[in-house]
Amino acid sequence: MTATVRLQREPFDAAAEAARLTRGRKDVGALVTFTGICRGEEQGSPLVAMTLEHYPGMAEAEIARHVEAAERRWPLLGVTVIHRYGRLEPGEEIVLVVTASSHRQDAFAAAEFLMDYLKTRAPFWKQVEYAGGKSWVDAKQSDDALADRWTRPAGRREAAE
Amino acid sequence: MKLRYFAWVRERIGKPEEEIEPPAGIVTVGELIGWLRGRGDEYAHAFENPKVIRAAIDRAHVRPDTAIVGAREIAFFPPMTGG
Repeated sequence: MTATVRLQREPFDAAAEAARLTRGRKDVGALVTFTGICRGEEQGSPLVAMTLEHYPGMAEAEIARHVEAAERRWPLLGVTVIHRYGRLEPGEEIVLVVTASSHRQDAFAAAEFLMDYLKTRAPFWKQVEYAGGKSWVDAKQSDDALADRWTRPAGRREAAE
Repeated sequence: MKLRYFAWVRERIGKPEEEIEPPAGIVTVGELIGWLRGRGDEYAHAFENPKVIRAAIDRAHVRPDTAIVGAREIAFFPPMTGG
C-alpha cells in the first residue's frame, strides 16, 4: 500500500495528490478525497486568519500510527494525509485525506476515521485571529465523541450523534 | 529532561522549552505537573486546571499516572484542535 504523510506550510494540490494514488493501477475502485478548509467565520465572528501550531516529530508519528491503524482495519490500496501549519487565511486549505480502496465503503470509512483522529489526537492547535484579537480554539466534545465511536467493536460507518 | 510546551500552555509559561531536573520524589506525569505549579505564577496559571492538560513522553500520548522515569522529552499542551 502507498502511504504518504506530509506536514507543510505550503498549499497542496488535492487533485494531483488523488491522481497519484490511482495512476498506473486498475485495482482501485473507490477514491475518497477530503479537504478541510479555513472558514471565514468562527462562532459568528468574521475571521482574519488562523494559525496552526504543531509538535514537529510527534505530529508526523501520530498521523503515521493512525494511517497504520486504518490499513489494519480496512483493505486500503493507498492513503495520503497532508496537514498544513502556520498562518492560513479564510478559503485556504488546511488538511487533505485521500483514501483508495477497491470498494467505496472502505474508502469512505477510512477517510472519516482518519479525520476524526486528526481532530482529537494529532498534536495541532488552532489559534484564530479576529479584527479585535486572537484566541485559541477550544476542543469540541462532539469531536471526541466522533473519534470515540471508532473504538467500539464492529460498526464500520455508524451515524454520528 | 527536556520539557516542551505548546499553544496556550507555552504562552502562559512564556517559553517553548526548558531543561529541568525534578526532585527524586516526583514519579508520575501528574506529580510533575503538581511540582511545576509551584515554580511560579506563570506555571500556576498554565497548570491551574490539570484536568485539561494533555501530556506526551518522547512524542507519544501518556496519561497522568504514567511514570516519567527514563523520559528524555515531556511535552504539555491543551486538548488538540487539528484537522
